[in-house]
Amino acid sequence: MRSLAELKKNERGIINGFKDDSLSVKLIEMGCLPGTEVSVELIAPFGDPIAIGVSGYCLSLRKDEAGCIMIED
Amino acid sequence: MAKADRIKIALVGNPNSGKTTLFNLLTGLNQKTGNFPGVTVDKKSGFSKLPDGTTAEIIDLPGTYSIYPKTLDEQIVQDILLDPEHSQYPDKVIVVTDASNLKRNLLLFTQIRDLGIPLVLVLNMMDVAQLKKLNIDLRGLSIDLGVKIIPTNSHSGDGIAALKEALTQPLVKSKKPFYDIYDLAPKTIDAIKTEFDLTENYRAYQYAQQSVRLNFLNDKEKEIIAKIKSENGFYDVPTQSQETLGRYQFISDIVDRNVKNSRDPLKKSVSQKIDRVVTHPVFGYLIFFTVLMLIFQAIFAWAEGPMNLIEGSIAEFSGWVKDILPEGILSDLLTDGVLAGLAGVLVFIPQIAILFAFIALLEESGYMSRAVFLMDKLMRKVGLNGKSVVPLISGMACAIPAIMATRNIESWKDRLITIFVTPFMSCSARLPVYAILIGLVVPEQQVLGVFNLQGLVLQALYLLGFLAAIGSAYVMKLILKTGQKSYFIMELPGYKIPSWKNIGLTIYDKSKTFVLEAGKIIIAISIVLWVLASYGFNDNFRNAEENVRQKVGVNASQEEYEVALSSYKLEHSVAGSFGKIIEPAIRPLGYDWKIGIALITSFAAREVFVGTMSTIYSIGASDDDEVTIRERLREEKNPETGGAMYTPAVAFSLMVFYAFAMQCMSTLAIVYRETKGWKWPIIQTVYMTAVAYISAFITYNIFS
Ligand SMILES: Nc1nc2c(ncn2[C@@H]2O[C@H](COP(=O)(O)OP(=O)(O)OP(=O)(O)O)[C@@H](O)[C@H]2O)c(=O)[nH]1
Ligand SMILES: [Mg+2]
Repeated sequence: MRSLAELKKNERGIINGFKDDSLSVKLIEMGCLPGTEVSVELIAPFGDPIAIGVSGYCLSLRKDEAGCIMIED
Repeated sequence: MAKADRIKIALVGNPNSGKTTLFNLLTGLNQKTGNFPGVTVDKKSGFSKLPDGTTAEIIDLPGTYSIYPKTLDEQIVQDILLDPEHSQYPDKVIVVTDASNLKRNLLLFTQIRDLGIPLVLVLNMMDVAQLKKLNIDLRGLSIDLGVKIIPTNSHSGDGIAALKEALTQPLVKSKKPFYDIYDLAPKTIDAIKTEFDLTENYRAYQYAQQSVRLNFLNDKEKEIIAKIKSENGFYDVPTQSQETLGRYQFISDIVDRNVKNSRDPLKKSVSQKIDRVVTHPVFGYLIFFTVLMLIFQAIFAWAEGPMNLIEGSIAEFSGWVKDILPEGILSDLLTDGVLAGLAGVLVFIPQIAILFAFIALLEESGYMSRAVFLMDKLMRKVGLNGKSVVPLISGMACAIPAIMATRNIESWKDRLITIFVTPFMSCSARLPVYAILIGLVVPEQQVLGVFNLQGLVLQALYLLGFLAAIGSAYVMKLILKTGQKSYFIMELPGYKIPSWKNIGLTIYDKSKTFVLEAGKIIIAISIVLWVLASYGFNDNFRNAEENVRQKVGVNASQEEYEVALSSYKLEHSVAGSFGKIIEPAIRPLGYDWKIGIALITSFAAREVFVGTMSTIYSIGASDDDEVTIRERLREEKNPETGGAMYTPAVAFSLMVFYAFAMQCMSTLAIVYRETKGWKWPIIQTVYMTAVAYISAFITYNIFS
């Protein structure tokens, strides 16, 4: 299974679950819910952080954190 | 009206939903707003007159994404809402949401609702929702959520009257919770309810979830809660995820039912298009540095006219005062002391206003979050966090709010390093020092046809401060060790057209505060300084007349004699003696005892530098009036070389010293408060002063 960090710019995917428990609480709060669609909107110049479109707004996070978000195949 | 029956109303909501903008509308105050999350980091009260004639206390709070705080500013919200004994526990809550982003905004609403506090729901930014082509069924939403809803646009003021009206009406508390958490932990909730005599299940559940963070519980109570939890097998994290997911399920249904999006989802919005350019690998940084460049260029290019005007008027006014007042102590004190000192700050109003204007624009447009986004990777390399960019940029105005803004940084280590290095950023109080010295030694000329040379030098000084901040952060990163992992999860709000009225007010307000605050210190210090510089107790001072007569010789004119006398008296006055004491220490940097006096007074606050200089030079000169400070400094001679005192070497050495030295009592007080101890303020002062001394020494030797 791929993580969000592996998606390319403009690619879309559906959130499947999380790898890290304590981080997942914060991510869920921010609207990254299993079953919702995410898209990679922006990638910062050195490849990190990235910005994703989720639940109707734009959220930026680091590659590390994006790596905790699993995407459905 | 008695204090007791004045109702308290708190503004609660996600970061950047417009709470402070609403607060300002309700109270008439002018608190800082900005289009990025984490602008407000402390609670703030104001009063609002409601339509029924009563006055309500309105409390503006930092934004938070949920009842579970992740940062210090969010903690403040929880401290107030979970503790009914808190002096600011609200009678009613206005939950402020961003109507253009309802789903995420409603999570917090449902949590507050289940705490059982009477509330009204504000859908703010209706104009943005409209632009996004969202059709919101307000009636349906109100019924589904079980709450009164007021739509507002805080830029135009639409809906504020309706909101005030709603606040006068009794708000019904709903019997049924929005989301029943009881089944998640029935035994734990029952036990805590009995133990602490609580009525709402959700409050009891919060005790279980957050006991360690609840400051109003004592250690024994926390122990009891811990025991109840372990007996009933209550685990914080999984239950919390379950709760949040459960809430979102209901919210998603409700939002899908009542909010219809009529925009083509594949069409890019304006914000998205701008972001493609602004975060572009090449253009991104190019734009960032162009913006900063523009600020410094503007400070010199646009301010010259108004500055000359102000300076001229003060000199004229001072001459006028001298004319109408009888010659004597009062006239001297007013003109040489107070007016000379004040001129040192008033002159810089135009430059400071320009600086504030640009910072306000960066903050209100939404560009600030993009700067954070662009810089996170670089910042992380040196031990900072992308979010450190906000304090660093606002540190260009003043370190005090900047240091408070670090509350929004999650990791303690990142936050501490940011606090430590922020005072290196050149603040507006340094601007006058730079401006006057640059004006003395850097010619006014164009470079490459477009750049103003003085602006470039100013920019170099700001860059120097920034590099010192980055370098010091890196050193601290190597020294400080923590296991705590830092993370970075931040909303990127859409760009907004700033409210020009707000920007205007902000510039006016900030400039006024700067002048008043600096003015107070400057007047106080100039008076003290004037006294210390005009009187002395040693023999030299007492016998000044004789000594000077002897020195200048009998052939000297009366005028020559008077000039010599003034400067002789100054040299042997109390202030002069202080300057002479530290002169050996600062001689290697190129400074004389007069600059020494300014250095001493600057330890209270650096903005007094120019004031002190002008007071000293006014006293030291004879009574030729209507000479501006800049002219006085230019004419100052070095007694040893006979040339100008302010050579490039001296001026640059001074600028570098002021760029690095910790010369601000208020900053130290804030660092003390934010780090809860004297350890860090002391280390900071010693470190910064050492860096300043060494760098000034090197600079002086390079240029001389
Ligand atoms: N277009 C539009 N902009 C708004 C409205 N209300 C607020 N803003 C802007 O939105 C931004 C955020 O407003 P603030 O009042 O600072 O938000 P806040 O909720 O206090 O934010 P924090 O203090 O960070 O929690 C500012 O740039 C405001 O000018 C509105 O109704 N319409
Ligand atoms: Mg605010």
